[in-house]
Amino acid sequence: MSSWLDKIMPSMIRSETHQRTTVPEGLWKKCPKCNAFLYRPELEKNQDVCPKCQHHLRISARRRLDIFLDPEERHEIGTELEPTDRLKFKDSKRYKDRLSQAQKASGEKDALVAMSGKVRGIPVVACAFEFNFMGGSMGAVVGEKFVQGVNIALERGIPLVCFSASGGARMQEAIISLMQMAKTSAALERMKQRGLPYISVMTDPVFGGVSASLAMLGDLNIAEPFALIGFAGPRVIEQTVRETLPKGFQRSEFLLEHGAIDMILHRGEMRRRIASLLAKMQNLPALEPAPEDEIVDVDEEEA
Amino acid sequence: MNPYYLDFEQPIAELEAKIEELRLVGNDTDININDEINRLKSKSVSLTETIFSDLTPWDITRLARHPKRPYTLDYVDLIFDDFDELHGDRRFADDHAIVGGIARLEGEPVMIIGHQKGREVKEKVKRNFGMPRPEGYRKACRLMEMAERFNMPILTFIDTPGAYPGIGAEERGQSEAIAWNLALMSRLKVPVLSTVIGEGGSGGALAIGVCDRLYMLQYSIYSVISPEGCASILWKSAEYASQAAEAMGVAAERLKALGVADRVIGEPLGGAHRNPELMATHLKAALVEGLAELKGIPSDELVQRRYERLTAYDSGR
Repeated sequence: MSSWLDKIMPSMIRSETHQRTTVPEGLWKKCPKCNAFLYRPELEKNQDVCPKCQHHLRISARRRLDIFLDPEERHEIGTELEPTDRLKFKDSKRYKDRLSQAQKASGEKDALVAMSGKVRGIPVVACAFEFNFMGGSMGAVVGEKFVQGVNIALERGIPLVCFSASGGARMQEAIISLMQMAKTSAALERMKQRGLPYISVMTDPVFGGVSASLAMLGDLNIAEPFALIGFAGPRVIEQTVRETLPKGFQRSEFLLEHGAIDMILHRGEMRRRIASLLAKMQNLPALEPAPEDEIVDVDEEEA
Repeated sequence: MNPYYLDFEQPIAELEAKIEELRLVGNDTDININDEINRLKSKSVSLTETIFSDLTPWDITRLARHPKRPYTLDYVDLIFDDFDELHGDRRFADDHAIVGGIARLEGEPVMIIGHQKGREVKEKVKRNFGMPRPEGYRKACRLMEMAERFNMPILTFIDTPGAYPGIGAEERGQSEAIAWNLALMSRLKVPVLSTVIGEGGSGGALAIGVCDRLYMLQYSIYSVISPEGCASILWKSAEYASQAAEAMGVAAERLKALGVADRVIGEPLGGAHRNPELMATHLKAALVEGLAELKGIPSDELVQRRYERLTAYDSGR
């Protein structure tokens, strides 16, 4: 009885009486939107979507691709790429130290993971931003890996899907990171000229240099529900215009309303819907229903 | 303090004030003080040379933003003939923070696109301090596509603190407008030559700056975020702007060393605003030379070379 009580007790109360380490780290997670305490295994089974309010929590790049791609025939792209501190950048900390810290924290070498693989049997290149790696910021490695992904898509004549989650360009790489906006956009223009589909999926959050380049250039721009997406951050805007921002400003629903994105998709139906869209865009036969379609429990009205 | 001079220029300002004083005295006395004036004048020149030979990136940032600095339309007047300004994005509005139009450079038709700041309060507001909204980028897009149709080289002039961070700008797709131009410019079949004449503020600058050749004026800057913005995020206070400017390496020479800028165009002693005519002469010569090089390249090769240039912005392997 007491152990059951322990489990549902909010962690802030718990931590007063117990050592942090005695509770398995992160067995419970608080939904940042509805504040409900969620049992982690349950949450994971639901692809990190809050079962109470359908809020889409942030997930890692690798998890994202794992949920999205077929389990077979995955090949990671650009694994040899490693960031370097070309400018010897130092603020309160050295960029070099920030990099190794981020690598340790995220388990990734930089903020983008790219793979070739299949989605419901359709060959694709898919990449995802790792928000835990310096806020998913785009520097030279992100740009180069993205372009390597595009090059594979071009070679094989297959579509590209990118899941973005990023604060923007990486300040510590200064002008070189700004140039990644031009680099990734130029590569995407080649996809377009070749008539190969590019689907951009924006997940919470997407801002600055990533929003103003690869994220907004999809043949289809898709967003997860309630993701914060924009060019300038809300605080910067508020300080500039000295007005209260409208309700729901820069959320996916706001972007849909203003014509910036094609649709909002629930994480649970992302795989099926994108596969079906790609099939139509490439004039492939309609997809067979799969057993996985049944398990996905999506409240249509919520989504 | 003379506001026309920046703080690091104050010794020059004092000397210039003294010269001016002597001149006034000289006018209503018989004493010949010309020798003294000339002596002070040459002292002022060498003092300026000394001060300007050792500017920090932050000093250069402030020169790049100097209120007297020539803006795009000043160079249009001084360098080009027969300029017809073209207005509007055909969708929503005409953004006065970006100007564009057709002119002649030594007789050759060219498309000009540039950020435009204002000098007096009313003009500053009209130009939105050189911060474009999506309409500005879409106007630029329209003009660039037109230039391609009529086979005109495109000359862009970069001078913006950044794209405008406003509610309407977001509603109308600031990100998309910038991204669209980046993609478009990568495949234009006509030469694109961009010059940073003042401030190159982030994506708002790059959105008219994807090019075959990038020139920077000696005291111009180009960066991924303003030094103040960088400082307030990484140092938690905008007061560290000079450190941020240093760390990011915002000045022209540094960008040339990194291979981002192709050419740094020297400014008159004390900066472009001390002698806009001379600055324009240097810039014009560089533009004519640059376009002559680019015009000889077949368009397919031009596009391919631009693509290679863009994709070479390097990964740290």
